[in-house]
Amino acid sequence: MSETLKVKQALTGNEAFAFAMKQINPDVVAAYPITPATEIVQIFSKYVADGEVDTEFVAVESEHSAMSACIGAATAGARVMTGTSSQGLALMHEVLYIASALRLPIVLAEVNRALSAPINIHCDHSDTMGSRDSGWIQIYCENANEGYHSLIQAVKIAETINLPVMVTLDGFIISHGMEVVETLETDVVRQYLGKRKPLYNVLDYENPIMVGPLDLTDYYFEHKRQQIEAMKKAKDVIEEVITDYNKRFGFDFPVFAEAYRMEDAEYAILSMSSAAGTMKEAVDVMREKGEKVGLVRLKVFRPFPYEVLQEFFKNVKAIGVMDRSDSVSTMGGPVFNEVRSALYDLDTRPRIMNFVFGLGGRDFPLSDALYIVNRVKELKEGKTLDFVEYVGVRE
Amino acid sequence: MADSFSLSLKELARRNKSLAPGHRACAGCPFPAVVRMTLSASDYPVVVANATGCMEVTTSIFPFGAWPVPWIHNAFENAAATISGVEAAYKALVRKGVVPADKKIKFIAFGGDGGTYDIGLQSLSGAAERGHNFLYILYDNEGYMNTGIQRSSSTPYGASTTTSPAGKVLHGKLQHKKPIVDIMAAHGIPYAAQASVSHWNDYVKKVRKALSIEGPTFIAVYSPCVPGWGYPENKSIEVAKIAVESGFWPLYEVENGYYKINYRPRNPVPIEEFLKSQARFAHLLNYPEAIEELKRFIQERWKFLEFMEKRREIDGVTENV
Ligand SMILES: Cc1ncc(C[n+]2csc(CCOP(=O)(O)OP(=O)(O)O)c2C)c(N)n1
Repeated sequence: MSETLKVKQALTGNEAFAFAMKQINPDVVAAYPITPATEIVQIFSKYVADGEVDTEFVAVESEHSAMSACIGAATAGARVMTGTSSQGLALMHEVLYIASALRLPIVLAEVNRALSAPINIHCDHSDTMGSRDSGWIQIYCENANEGYHSLIQAVKIAETINLPVMVTLDGFIISHGMEVVETLETDVVRQYLGKRKPLYNVLDYENPIMVGPLDLTDYYFEHKRQQIEAMKKAKDVIEEVITDYNKRFGFDFPVFAEAYRMEDAEYAILSMSSAAGTMKEAVDVMREKGEKVGLVRLKVFRPFPYEVLQEFFKNVKAIGVMDRSDSVSTMGGPVFNEVRSALYDLDTRPRIMNFVFGLGGRDFPLSDALYIVNRVKELKEGKTLDFVEYVGVRE
Repeated sequence: MADSFSLSLKELARRNKSLAPGHRACAGCPFPAVVRMTLSASDYPVVVANATGCMEVTTSIFPFGAWPVPWIHNAFENAAATISGVEAAYKALVRKGVVPADKKIKFIAFGGDGGTYDIGLQSLSGAAERGHNFLYILYDNEGYMNTGIQRSSSTPYGASTTTSPAGKVLHGKLQHKKPIVDIMAAHGIPYAAQASVSHWNDYVKKVRKALSIEGPTFIAVYSPCVPGWGYPENKSIEVAKIAVESGFWPLYEVENGYYKINYRPRNPVPIEEFLKSQARFAHLLNYPEAIEELKRFIQERWKFLEFMEKRREIDGVTENV
């Protein structure tokens, strides 16, 4: 246990993100407001106005320009952050790929919200799942406290492996809900992060380099291959950083995924983000009844920690995978497809089905969580069920 | 024009900051000359952002980069946002003592007309409004040349392109050019100018003036396109010159809101000479009404510029402001 002084504060998810950004004191923040992430930009602007950070704040005219300016600033060696949600992330889509391929450690505070149409401001994961192949590390947090610490860890992870990281919190559910957050002291955060050591720097005019040139058929593949290799290595880096952070500051944040009552589980649920809280309660209720059920909360979605999931699930007979978005492929959501693929080679391959829930902020009550556990129990018992079920929708 | 920004041809040649030989621009393309004049004109180290387009693809084919200065290409529509980020980082890092304050660096973005008048206009407008310290140089070849000669909002009325082809019922592009320099000047930026690759002295002065000013500055430089316009590859500078001499592309500048026409053709060349010099207008010679419409537009533009120039007299501004 470390001696670090921790301060308990009542913060919303957005406040926790903004507070972490203040302590990080990035060199450049370029951002554009969007519900439910707007407050991050507003609160941070006030820090700038009050001189609490010495960040160059660029209030751009769109999210596309926000990410473009972040890319420019990061190539100049700056520590760079932004925040967005939903349509904002979608508008960044083109440039997200450029940020990761140029190996720029940009950190994005992302608040999950449904994508249009129909326009909806509430939580689901269709926004970040839409950028899952953009080469960004993706960390999904259960609550504001984890969001705060993950954002600080994200800077370390990003700058160690030179890849961008987005840290996500569920819109409104977490972004606007008040919680107790155990924060570090500002000095401690700044000392922990130190200064960024860039891979390259376009301000070094005595040693000019060209960033982002044209790659034809003869080089593109090799450069992509290197980027993929970096993402593989990111797994070690994420593990090292979070383990070290826990040790240094006395926490026990999970690295890739959190196992809840999985020790002797015969069947299990895989869930992400805030829904995992409700799901844990459902697991407790069923355990009271003597059911051997457990939960795995997946926290890192990119890189996809399939080795960890194989280990967690090697002894279970059935799994229900929860998706807060649908890939509209007619075979379920993105988390489901990747989990199924990850477990295909297990000697004792479990039966797996998908539950799509909570689209557009639809409430996820305990009764729905219990329904899901009971369906997976039926699956374990050999009953034939649909591949994908939509929970909480009027059909 | 006051001459403090002039540079002799000898001095310009001596500085010779140029693209490396072997870049892949088409034979006769004038934008390498634009780059050479720009980099040689600067008294400061520069960092360049380049929008997607001919200039970018022909000078950066990995592993043969042609630029002698730090250069970044991000995407098509975001050169201005990208340079905003670089400039913001520079400011922050100087403030934090990471970059020494005495290392003065200038920031330049280059974009084609597509990346400037059209898809990139939002990002350019945003960057100008925020007041970043950078010079944006538009090399205007009046079309999306990199993707194979499609119309842009800079393509002149009547020109035939692959997306505004001259056909049985249409005579090429149906709309006039956007007045991009006026649009940029209307942002209230300290300096916006129109120049041509054919008038090197005027262009170099404008670059030097723009770089001497703090804040966003903008120069549109006329840069003909051999395959896109259809003329022999040794005629680029000549074609650009006819555009200026016929009054089609006036050379002017807007300094703190004050317009100034930098050059008045003494014996204006008829616009027909400009049209005849290029294949993209070949069909137009059968459409006298279209030529009349083009003439009307050109006259209208000159009337506008001359009217705007009067503000100097009214306010008693005689010199540079
Ligand atoms: C978002 C996007 N849309 C389309 C393109 C394809 N594209 C690349 S360059 C270009 C045209 C460039 O035209 P311009 O800016 O006038 O420069 P030029 O090539 O004529 O020098 C287009 C359409 C792209 N790269 N990105």
